[in-house]
Amino acid sequence: MILLIKRSCRSLLSVFALLLLLTPAQAVIQAYEFDEPEQREMFNRLNEELRCPMCQNQSIADSNAPIAQDLRREVHRLLTEEKADEETVIEFMLARYGDFVLYRPKMEARTLVLWFGPLALLLLGLFILFRLLKRHQPQVEDQGLSEQDQAALKNILNGKDHD
Amino acid sequence: MKRFIPLIVFIAFCGLLYVGLFMDSNTDLPSPLLDKPLPEFSASTLRNPEKTVTEKELAGQVFLLNVWGSWCPPCKIEHPYLVNLAKQGVNIIGVNYKDERDNALTWLERLGDPYQYNIVDAEGRFGINLGVYGAPETFLVDHNGVIRYKHVGIVDRQVWEDDFKPRYQALEKAMQEDVTQ
Repeated sequence: MILLIKRSCRSLLSVFALLLLLTPAQAVIQAYEFDEPEQREMFNRLNEELRCPMCQNQSIADSNAPIAQDLRREVHRLLTEEKADEETVIEFMLARYGDFVLYRPKMEARTLVLWFGPLALLLLGLFILFRLLKRHQPQVEDQGLSEQDQAALKNILNGKDHD
Repeated sequence: MKRFIPLIVFIAFCGLLYVGLFMDSNTDLPSPLLDKPLPEFSASTLRNPEKTVTEKELAGQVFLLNVWGSWCPPCKIEHPYLVNLAKQGVNIIGVNYKDERDNALTWLERLGDPYQYNIVDAEGRFGINLGVYGAPETFLVDHNGVIRYKHVGIVDRQVWEDDFKPRYQALEKAMQEDVTQ
């Protein structure tokens, strides 16, 4: 019986592994020409930096959405036709789509919570955990016996000896 | 007292989530184009391919700029209401976005045409300059060609009454005052 379960688990695992291999859906591979290899590097970097406005948890490098394709084409045009640098391309996108189009949020006062919030919460959690653990440690207090008790003890011991 | 802290935190959290249920879960990108002039463009019109129109021709009236395409299902849903608005005298100019001219014309034949005219944006370049990321999107533009409001998604009666109509009327009033001065 156990052998049966083990065998079906194994085949299930291999099916799952196979499925995993199939999942990465590559963005439509468009052959973009560049005048200089530097431009291609900038192109790739920029595509990773810009968020797809439609599929908002992907960069335009990863997304297959039509707008992502259009934006990649636009980045290519800016780099090749207008000889733009990376900063210019970013500003172009920001002017049209706003701050949210940056895949990594800007570091400003507004976004500090976004950037450091999780870390702060983690530290807070660890701190609370630490305090809890400390409180549950058995506290051994060696006060010893009071003088009265010590005399009483002596008496009992002496009394026992005499019996 | 300390033992109630987890309970208090939990209740506070529940309160937060409860309030969240009624908050506007707006995943639209806020437009950086508000209060900025319409981007420059030069394009042909849908019905009249020889005619070229630029952003200058758009000034002089308060209007809705509606970005749509015959390929776009929500546009079809929104369309009858736009036809309705046009009948009531609302100025609507269309941007035929990433579409084929024939398909667009057939679509308008079948569903009605609320547009004064349509700017043809086959490649989507004008759309990118407008910060469009999906149709339908509708802009409210004043008589100086400045974008005053943007709505992503279907314009229905509620959207018109709540978001567009007050602004549209205020802008028309401002235009009247401008003209009479």
